[in-house]
Amino acid sequence: MELIQIDSYRWEIQKSGAMRVPARIYSSERLIEAVKQDETFRQLVNVAQLPGILSAALAMPDMHWGYGFPIGGVAGFDCEEGVISPGGVGYDINCGVRLAVTRLTHEEIRTRMDHLADCLYQKIPTGVGSTGTLKLSNADLKKVLKQGSPWALSRGYGEGADIEHTEDKGCMPDADPNTISKRAMERGRRQLGTLGSGNHFLEVGVVEKIHDQAVADAFGLAEGLVTVLLHTGSRGLGHQTCDDFLAAMTRNLNIDGMALPDRQLACAKIGSAAGIKYYRAMACAANYAWTNRQILLNNARDAFQQVLGISPRDLGMKQVYDICHNIAKFEQHTVEGKIRRVCVHRKGATRAFPPGHPDLCEDFKKTGQPILIPGDMGTASYVLAGTQRAMDETFGSTCHGAGRLMSRNAAKKSAKGRSIEKELLSKGVIARWTGKSTLAEEMPQAYKDVTEVVHAVEGSGISKIVARLRPLAVIKG
Amino acid sequence: MPYELVDHTADMGVTVRAGNLRELFETACQAMFDQIVDRRNLKGRDKTQLRITGIDLSDLMINWLRELLFLWNGHQYLVKQARVVHIEEKALNARIAYDPYNPGIHEVLTDIKAVTYHGIDVREAGAGWQATVIFDV
Repeated sequence: MELIQIDSYRWEIQKSGAMRVPARIYSSERLIEAVKQDETFRQLVNVAQLPGILSAALAMPDMHWGYGFPIGGVAGFDCEEGVISPGGVGYDINCGVRLAVTRLTHEEIRTRMDHLADCLYQKIPTGVGSTGTLKLSNADLKKVLKQGSPWALSRGYGEGADIEHTEDKGCMPDADPNTISKRAMERGRRQLGTLGSGNHFLEVGVVEKIHDQAVADAFGLAEGLVTVLLHTGSRGLGHQTCDDFLAAMTRNLNIDGMALPDRQLACAKIGSAAGIKYYRAMACAANYAWTNRQILLNNARDAFQQVLGISPRDLGMKQVYDICHNIAKFEQHTVEGKIRRVCVHRKGATRAFPPGHPDLCEDFKKTGQPILIPGDMGTASYVLAGTQRAMDETFGSTCHGAGRLMSRNAAKKSAKGRSIEKELLSKGVIARWTGKSTLAEEMPQAYKDVTEVVHAVEGSGISKIVARLRPLAVIKG
Repeated sequence: MPYELVDHTADMGVTVRAGNLRELFETACQAMFDQIVDRRNLKGRDKTQLRITGIDLSDLMINWLRELLFLWNGHQYLVKQARVVHIEEKALNARIAYDPYNPGIHEVLTDIKAVTYHGIDVREAGAGWQATVIFDV
């Protein structure tokens, strides 16, 4: 398996053996070194072998070893010949990020930050097995799965503008709650409105630097303004749904006699009964995740208003955007000069639609889609915008975060004898967390340099940098 | 220890070794729950039984661990011990001893969210058996 460098930000593994298409990697000289030793490229080559894959199996600069698909993987499939893969979407279906910006400046809330962190920690249920305050019947949950964010809005969680500024307006229309198992329903009923554990977080930050003034203006971002960034997904309901369909597809694959390089790539033809059923279930989990983030953002608004004693109007917390990381979607793309319907899998990757794309709301027609890139909890996060080059080369996709560099065990070893809490405080970041080893596992050094990652996507032309955010307080599970 | 942890960039895994299949499956259960909780603090007074099937030994191992994991993330039961009473290539029966989760007593160490098929490998090794499993955390 030979890695051929095309230019400063692109590498390729040429088609060979069972590969149906080449593999193309977006990275930088420095970032690519970190993944050369592990299984990332092997996993990408495996994806390139799947039936109906178009153009190339793609990896973004934050790529790392996953299971089945690499994290940071993007693949587009022909709707007739291609497959849909639960492992290619991931367990946490529509794990994603939401950004909101307030009218407040950091100066105005500087002395209240500790209280704000405490109140947010109280209002955002975190950690393993945490349960929400909502009491949902099965009928309610089915409405959540069918309607997504608009359900939350109908119950008073949030504002109409939140929905306009959400990918797909917070609802995938093909969701069919009857495809969701009893187990997934059980897990989903008690976890709506919870953050979870692992790399999920809520972060209060400040806009530190504007890179593109005109686009930042359109996104509502200005230097010094306080932001809220939220990262979570479909919780146990999504995990159970992925698990249910993986188990079913693994059994069926042996009947179909398809030879797969990794069982985690278990998949079904897009138009088959199993493929259609998975897509409808995945859409339910995606809608659940959007509802979850909608409720949590609403809780964050409450916390700000309570601690600062201000009205919703004075807080002015407006949603910038909400994007998915783990999803499969039907989109129009030009492949070899022809416009066609493609099933795009993004596993730890973000949609990055350009200016003028018909799926974008009026506010972003001229700027391209806002893209939210969380970094580690001690450094920075970025807001980017989508470009035509992403549409031409990567099925309108880009990176999704900094990407892990260290395993959780390696991070814990490295944290021995240190206080990560104090290290964060020295950088001006207050942390509140639940799990015993959360801060060690998630410490800044466990992640790649997010600035290097966003420079790689900007350098390759698949996104452009709009603004840089600095963390002030982080709530973790 | 009859198992060792496998380093994975985003997740974690275990490689388990045992003299026979029965022990291999029992030890895989221990290895998974050792990551979730300190099993020494469990009493295991509550009991349940599991019947697991699979298309081959690898599938049986994944289905075994995913059913055990569902006891945790579906029912909030922490498994102290599993006794495999019968095992063949495509099926097993087991008795499970567990404690219902009590946040006041049990500290959750790692939240294992799923058992993946990635790199699943159950095979004879030397005079015994070996399995490697990667978990989503």
